[in-house]
Amino acid sequence: MARYVVNRLAQAIMLLVIVSAIGFALLHLAPGGPLSQFAASGQMTQEDLDRVTRQLGLDRPLPVQYLDWFGRMLKGDWGKSYRDGEAVLSVISSHLGATLELMATATITAVLLGCWIGILGALRRYSLFDSLATVGAMIALSIPTFWFGLVTIYVFSVKLGWLPAGNRHTIGDGSFLDLLHHLIAPAMVLALVETAMWGRFMRSSMLEVINQDYIRTARAKGMPEWRILTVHALRNALLPMITVAGLQFPTLLGGALVTETVFTWPGMGRLFLDSIGYRDYPVVMGILMFSAIMVLIGSLIADMLYAVVDPRIRVG
Amino acid sequence: MATAVFSAAQPTPSQGAWRRFCRHRLALAGALVIMVLVLGAAFGPYLLPFDDTYIDILKRFAPPLSGAHILGTDELGRDVLARLMMGARVSLSIGFVAMVIATVVGIVVGAFAGFYGGVVGAVLMRLVDAVLCFPTIFLLLALAALTEPGFVTTTVLIAATAWMWVARVVEAQVRSLREREFAVAALAFGSSNLRIMFRELVPNAIAPIVVAATLNVAKAILLESYLSYLGYGVQPPAASLGNMLNNAQIYLTSAPWLAIAPGIVITLAVTSFNFLGDGLRDALDPRMNIP
Repeated sequence: MARYVVNRLAQAIMLLVIVSAIGFALLHLAPGGPLSQFAASGQMTQEDLDRVTRQLGLDRPLPVQYLDWFGRMLKGDWGKSYRDGEAVLSVISSHLGATLELMATATITAVLLGCWIGILGALRRYSLFDSLATVGAMIALSIPTFWFGLVTIYVFSVKLGWLPAGNRHTIGDGSFLDLLHHLIAPAMVLALVETAMWGRFMRSSMLEVINQDYIRTARAKGMPEWRILTVHALRNALLPMITVAGLQFPTLLGGALVTETVFTWPGMGRLFLDSIGYRDYPVVMGILMFSAIMVLIGSLIADMLYAVVDPRIRVG
Repeated sequence: MATAVFSAAQPTPSQGAWRRFCRHRLALAGALVIMVLVLGAAFGPYLLPFDDTYIDILKRFAPPLSGAHILGTDELGRDVLARLMMGARVSLSIGFVAMVIATVVGIVVGAFAGFYGGVVGAVLMRLVDAVLCFPTIFLLLALAALTEPGFVTTTVLIAATAWMWVARVVEAQVRSLREREFAVAALAFGSSNLRIMFRELVPNAIAPIVVAATLNVAKAILLESYLSYLGYGVQPPAASLGNMLNNAQIYLTSAPWLAIAPGIVITLAVTSFNFLGDGLRDALDPRMNIP
């Protein structure tokens, strides 16, 4: 186990280095490079620019600059927003809560609904339910999230008037119920793709398990069917879902960005788009790096958890 | 394995694959829809009396099925059907071209990584893993923020965020095929490494590459719609399925048809390519075929 953990950690650190190198390269690809803020203002002479270049150490060789930048990233110094001079990391963290709220609600919904659909589909394979679920999942995976959001707004806000068309709160109303009311539509939209993915993975995992010898043995012993399913099949079929959770994470984050845009939800995704609109490169790159690191940590945790619950992984 | 395959009188592998593909009704339906969409996008605009960029300010927001405009007009009085067909042309082209670029890059990276293995393979595949760490839409938008938006940039950027899956597939295939007799024989003949890689190994991995490429078209069309919807893809006045939805949210209450038609076409196209990819996977890979 210790060896597996060390290996996996080493891999993650190596990935972090490559990911940060990509982020660093992108930062330097920005028009004007790291100096774009000063260059854009147009009030500085070439002399001033040269001085700033030297002050910021941008005349040093790129590898040195990278190491310096990487070191500062590790210490939590991610630069300052061009817009208001606030530290990038604090800008991100002030928007993170809304995003996590949305992602958590959508994930809980998707896991419960998706696993239920997947299990039922596997048990009644090729039934009408299974066929409908399979086709439905494929369509759900193909619908552009933002368009589904628009349709949801049209049906539930414009036509029926049941749900608000956007934002996190009604102005002047900070109650939990109001937040919940605003959360329903975006969470539903974000959960659609997630549900489809969980359903597909759960179905194939369950199918794999119920064809195993030990299930046949349990049946031969005369064990009641519900006991076979819950104790023997389900427990084993749920294990790979830990990996699915890790794999899903990038899609979930991307979906959150789009959903937040449609519903003007004040989260990280919206902040990202706004920052692109303002050409606020430090924040753009900060969020890009932040999301990649979240994905990296997510898959690391998923792998570790999987190794804890499934001993076969540690040896193999 | 289904009985149909066994009862046939010695079917060749390709016949078996064709039969398996035909059994996959959804994949057939997908192929049919794609054909209709491609034909509509290619020839449809010539059949309409309206130009997709012609502005008729007197006929703004004409609802569908009212008068000459079958799908109505948009906020500038442009014919929605004409824009839809031109938009489909642009979006499908971006999907195909991005797929081709991503597949070529993926094949080259995967072939080198799988063939040479060792340090080269490890570095290339870790690069693949690292790029996969970035959520696609975030990476795509960040790259788009650094470039001038347009048809070419959109295509290249989508390809840049889609080649990794092909690379993974090809790497695994090449790594396992490299040890097989025909590869060793080619080496004994004195074939160059490049020749072995791209004339012997990659053609033998064509089935999973085709499947990955088909699914990549679906993904590319979807990504184009995201990018253009958010305003960083294809720029107006040119139409794309994504940028037609750009203003749709503002007019959702007064002109909902502006949002409905492009969304349905995107969903139809992406679903079809996904079903086609699924069907091809079942047809081309008998080992994975669950009857």
